[in-house]
Formats: sequence, C-alpha cells, structure tokens
Amino acid sequence: MMDFFTQSVFFGVCLSLACYEAGAFLKRKLGYAFLNPLLISIVLSIGVLLVTHIDYDVYYSGAKYLSYLLTPATICLAIPLYEQFEILKKNVQAVIAGIVSGILTSVGTILLCAVLFHFEHAEYVTFLPKSITTAIGMGVSEQLGGYPSITAAVIIITGVLGNILAEPVCKIFRITDPVAKGIGIGSASHAIGTSKAMEMGEVEGAMSGLSIAVAGIITVFAAILFAGFY
Amino acid sequence: MKYIRQFLLILFISFLGEILHYLIPMPIPASIYGIIILFLGLEFHIIPLDSVKETGKFLIEIMPVMFIPAGVGLMESWGLIKASWLQYIITIVVSTVLVMAVAGRVTQMIVRRKEKQS
Repeated sequence: MMDFFTQSVFFGVCLSLACYEAGAFLKRKLGYAFLNPLLISIVLSIGVLLVTHIDYDVYYSGAKYLSYLLTPATICLAIPLYEQFEILKKNVQAVIAGIVSGILTSVGTILLCAVLFHFEHAEYVTFLPKSITTAIGMGVSEQLGGYPSITAAVIIITGVLGNILAEPVCKIFRITDPVAKGIGIGSASHAIGTSKAMEMGEVEGAMSGLSIAVAGIITVFAAILFAGFY
Repeated sequence: MKYIRQFLLILFISFLGEILHYLIPMPIPASIYGIIILFLGLEFHIIPLDSVKETGKFLIEIMPVMFIPAGVGLMESWGLIKASWLQYIITIVVSTVLVMAVAGRVTQMIVRRKEKQS
C-alpha cells in the first residue's frame, strides 16, 4: 500500500485540493474569518499525513506540481499591475511611502522582539526578511549568517497569517482605500497575502503584487543595514 | 491553441527570469525578474494583453493552493522551531499585524491628502 502511495503522482495534489475545498466549504457554511481555506487545507493535510503515517516526501512527490506553478503565477501578477497602472501612477508617492514605512516597521519590530526575547544574532537575522517572498528571504538570511530553513518556515507562517488577518486588520485599523489595503497586505505578507488581496479586488491585488517586488528588493538593503544593530 | 500559446509565453518569461537570476549575482528570484519583464512587455506593447490574459488570470485565481505544499512542509520544520516556538510566534504575529497596519495607514493618509488637494 505504502509502495503505491510513494509512486502516486496525483495523491499529493488531490489531498491538497480536497482539503482546500473542505476549507472553502467550512468558511461558506460558518463564515468565521479565522476559517481560512488555506490554513484549513494545510492543517487538514498535515493531519491526514500524520494519521496515515505517510511521509512528507511522499506527499510532496505529487504536490510539488502545485509549487511548480508558483513562479509563472507570480509573474502573471504583472497583468493586474498593468491594468491598474493609471492608479499606480496617480498614487506613486503614497505607494512608495507606504511600502518603505512597512519595511521599517518590519525590521524595527523584529529588532524590538529580538531585544525583548534575547534572540541570538543568528536568530535575529533569520527573522529580518520575514515579510518578503521566500526566494529572496532565504538568500538574505543565508548571506547574513541566519538559518535559511527557519526563515522559510517563518515566511510561510507570516504569509498564511497575513492571508487570514488581511480583512480583520483592514477593518480594525480602518483601512478602506483599495490602494492602501493592497500595499498593507503585500508589504506584510508577500505572495500568500496577495492571493487574498486578489480576492478582495483588482486594485488591491495589483498593489499587493507590486509590493512583493518592491518590498522584496528594498528589504534586502534594509536587512543588511539592520543586521548591524543587534 | 490560444491557451497553449499563452502558457508557453508565461513559461518562457519564467525561463528568461531564471536566466537573469543565473547571470546577475543578487538574491533576486526568477519570479521578480519575470514580473518586470512581463510588465514592461505589456506597457510597451511588445506583449499584447490578449496573449497572456486568460491563462494569467487562471493562474492568479488558483494561486492560493500553490502555497499548500510549502505550508504542509511546516510539519518538517517543526523540529527547528519548537525550542522557542512561543517567542517566534509572538514576533511573527506582532510584526505582521503592525506592518500591515502601518503600511496601509501611511498609504491611505497620503492618498487622501492628495485627493483633497485636487
């Protein structure tokens, strides 16, 4: 039986999609914000693997085809950005100021938490790139002497959290402007947050997608600078 | 035919992104180069919108499920973070909420100020 699963190409993908559908169903039926389909699908999939004693590697041998599409899909974020370019041009100062303030808040709060929790230097730099896309973040972490695999985990958790909290945070902090929503979500939680922003609206999605690229690149320099502070 | 050509173009841009990532010694991934290439291509009318639109929208719509494998991978990294998991989670929650709030509020403030001026 195990042999069959280790050779199945479709098991991992089916499990992931089925769990996502289950999450979307629960959210529709019960309507709580924390019932996030992405979170539920991750928790359910982990649960199924643990209960059935199927290794992550076995699951991933099929599920990797979902990850494979991530680069092409991220590139396609240029399409809404192109369609909303007029709005971006009109608000370029606000967008840049928003993203830069987000990056400073990110490295600033991490510095504060590092002092508060007595992080080692290596732990501190591991967290510095937490709000940006994994591919950039792991490189930064490695360069600064952090633990890239922990950085990857922290980035994923940040993204899922941003995806869950996007709507409540915008509500609580009274962020109603679609450009501002998109910049906030994208700066805080990269592509995983952006997939939520995309559901909220075209402008939100376009601005959030833009933030992935801009915040990702500027954070490289901010992290190098802030690495010297602790 | 349309979908094959659109998919090909998107994958080809991904490939160009990989080439740039290989050639340029910076920690910038293929996807970021790809966004820039596709955006410039559309903006300067080298790539017509029709040649990527449907497949692009489809890929964006199914994007959330592409993060499931990485999320499930957290079961493998649990060993790395369990020693200080509480401090880590507090750091992540505080920082993520504040970044979203500050970046959003600052953007909104300037957007509104500009709207008032005009």
